[in-house]
Amino acid sequence: MILLIQYMLIFASVLLLVALGGCFSEHSGVINIGLEGIMVFGALGGALVMRYLPDGTAAVWVILLSVLAAVAFGMLFSLLLGVAAINFKADQTLVGTAMNLLGTAAATVIVKAINTAENPDNVSATIQYVQAKKAFLVNIGDFEFNWFMALAFVLLLISYVLLYKTRFGLRLQACGEHPQAADSVGINVYKMRYAGVLISGVLGGIGGLVYITAGVSEWKFENGVAGFGFLALAVMIFGQWKPLRIALAALLFGLFRSLSNVYMGFDLLQQLNLPGTVYNMLPYIISLVVLALTSKRVHAPKAEGIPYDKGSR
Amino acid sequence: MENRYAIEMLNITKRFPGIVANDNITLQLRKGEIHALLGENGAGKSTLMSVLFGLYQPEEGIIKKDGKEVTIKDPNDANALGIGMVHQHFKLVECFSVLDNIIMGVEPTSKLGFLKKKEAREKVLQLSERYGLQVDPDAIVEDITVGMQQRTEILKMLYRDNEILIFDEPTAVLTPQEIDDLMQIMRNLAAEGKSILFISHKLKEIMAVSDRCTVLRKGKCIGTVETKDTTEAELSSMMVGRNVEFHVHKEDCPVGDVILDIEHMTVASKVHKNNAVRDVSLKVRGGEIVCIAGIDGNGQTEFVYGLTGLEPLVSGKITFDGKDITRMPIRARNAMGMSHIPEDRHKHGLVLDYSLEDNIVLQRYWEPEFTHSGFLRRKNIRSYAERLIDQYDIRSSQGPLTNTRSMSGGNQQKAIVAREIDKEPKLLIAVQPTRGLDVGAIEYIHKQIVAQRNAGKAVLLVSLEMDEVLDVSDRILVMYEGEIVGELDPKKTTAEELGLYMAGAKRDSRKEL
Repeated sequence: MILLIQYMLIFASVLLLVALGGCFSEHSGVINIGLEGIMVFGALGGALVMRYLPDGTAAVWVILLSVLAAVAFGMLFSLLLGVAAINFKADQTLVGTAMNLLGTAAATVIVKAINTAENPDNVSATIQYVQAKKAFLVNIGDFEFNWFMALAFVLLLISYVLLYKTRFGLRLQACGEHPQAADSVGINVYKMRYAGVLISGVLGGIGGLVYITAGVSEWKFENGVAGFGFLALAVMIFGQWKPLRIALAALLFGLFRSLSNVYMGFDLLQQLNLPGTVYNMLPYIISLVVLALTSKRVHAPKAEGIPYDKGSR
Repeated sequence: MENRYAIEMLNITKRFPGIVANDNITLQLRKGEIHALLGENGAGKSTLMSVLFGLYQPEEGIIKKDGKEVTIKDPNDANALGIGMVHQHFKLVECFSVLDNIIMGVEPTSKLGFLKKKEAREKVLQLSERYGLQVDPDAIVEDITVGMQQRTEILKMLYRDNEILIFDEPTAVLTPQEIDDLMQIMRNLAAEGKSILFISHKLKEIMAVSDRCTVLRKGKCIGTVETKDTTEAELSSMMVGRNVEFHVHKEDCPVGDVILDIEHMTVASKVHKNNAVRDVSLKVRGGEIVCIAGIDGNGQTEFVYGLTGLEPLVSGKITFDGKDITRMPIRARNAMGMSHIPEDRHKHGLVLDYSLEDNIVLQRYWEPEFTHSGFLRRKNIRSYAERLIDQYDIRSSQGPLTNTRSMSGGNQQKAIVAREIDKEPKLLIAVQPTRGLDVGAIEYIHKQIVAQRNAGKAVLLVSLEMDEVLDVSDRILVMYEGEIVGELDPKKTTAEELGLYMAGAKRDSRKEL
């Protein structure tokens, strides 16, 4: 049971972070399908730091540096979306799709190159971080507390305050709803949209790092992040683009995702005698069902996906 | 000597490729006056305002604020000079509260960027009391009336302490009562020392509220007059360049056979669960103009959708020219001689990114004259389009090849009228055919409609404009909440009586109309 809660919380943290990222981007008016790619790049940044930090580095430094690396990589990668969608007014869905393809592929190439340079016989795209990963964990009795759970919670609060209590949030949302109105009162729509996209890079990058350290101590980068970016999008839509609802949705989806890790521990589920793959599929099936049922009454930012052009009024 | 002018635009010239949009225009706005800017569509009003807001830089001319020359490079400069504008299409974020919309861009915040809404709210309430602008600061914009949305826009300007307030065709979207309220608000604002520029082509309103009026025509400034020394007729001839008939002249015309017979028509609504049109029965005969009057949103749109085939009927029967067309597809109805000038010319009337000639043959391109074995006969299309452009005086920059989107609203409407009338219809359905047009174009379109009736065609006119209803029609049916509540004779009724029916305050007992 404790194990279930532990996994649920960590997966929910991933989904929460990434969905919040998407939330900022979409509130600024840019659809971010590329969260998957951003996660992979954030994970890559974090994994590289964890791998190259000498053993015995203080835990706080491991956490800080790996998170910073994930943030930097995530932001850098999200710039692709920013430049293409905001400056060049490209189709945002296409750019996002391209980013997803590029993210996994580029990360695989980079990791393979690094591995091969160190040892010509090693052609895997795997990074190990057995030691470093321990920095994130604190055992409280049987419960393995992960600092990222706290981080996700703090970022949730910050996101909520930022969106609803500050000037920045008001202006950001105006750009996603009615950019012409925002422009007419002197708000720089391009800048606000960049801000939204870059924040999604930050949160998506951290989410990627949390994802790869959630269950295992090494990561095969050719696997990408197994559709978690898309799951986060589903969480965001289910959460109606509102941080607190997104948090609840993330917990729900996190629960289903964690079942596949721990279903062996429940007598009842074991007696059902279902193959493990069913549990693996659960979150994706649930997201299909949830979106099919709720997509009729969604309240997406009105201007999302439409490139802003000062000229057209 | 104290300067009398709040803002002056002196000898402004702005050229676009192929056209001089503003040719040496001078506009001087006195402090505390309501100054009307009058002109047809395409006369250069919008360009002039865009120059004032820094969206365009003029080739010649200067702008002075309080007697000092200023340069305005973008809207922020204009805001800094205290110039604010209520746009024709409101610039409000629909899912925000009224308060959020008002403060957006000039939010009071603490040092860390947190919003201080309490402070903002008090200022808004103060302003709203001082100028008589009733709003609920916490209401969400999408839930409030158009009138309150407009007051929100006005408060936006006042909140920024703007001294020069520009209203761009503010009455186009309002009900008569709201228009009266707005006029009063404008007078209050002027009395408090604000200078108001009022852009419009509605002469009555200009006469009612403005102190002076500047008239533009085809990019040129025709003159500025004191409103109290002028008349509607003088203003309209200044605007159009000739005398305009306000009243539609029509002879009596013998009424022919029933062309359209609608029995118990019921149409569902897309926005709510009730039916939008409920059990409507009416007949239209050849040689008469039957007008469906009513306030916007009382089922007229759905009624026309049902009649033209854009929406299926829930129940009822439509007989057109002796045939049951209740289930007939749209093209078959058109082919039988039904013409439709739609309410929304951009949505249903034109393919905006097509050329003018393609739009003109949109209802007949499949006819042998224009198509041969699946290929378009471009030459015939061209000459047909040229004939219509000539005959109906459709003005555009590149003739048949003009991109329709680039044309003015009046000329877009003329193109639709030309297309629908030239088909030689038996029934012409015209839905708000003069919406957003200036007097010259309105006069023209009314003449065309009357000409159709005189030729023995049946005409069904759907209109929200009281004057149009009373002037043009032979018979008025009033629609209220999806039902026909009364039949009136335009010769015997008055605007007041019609208004009572339209507002639902009066209705005839049910009978066959």
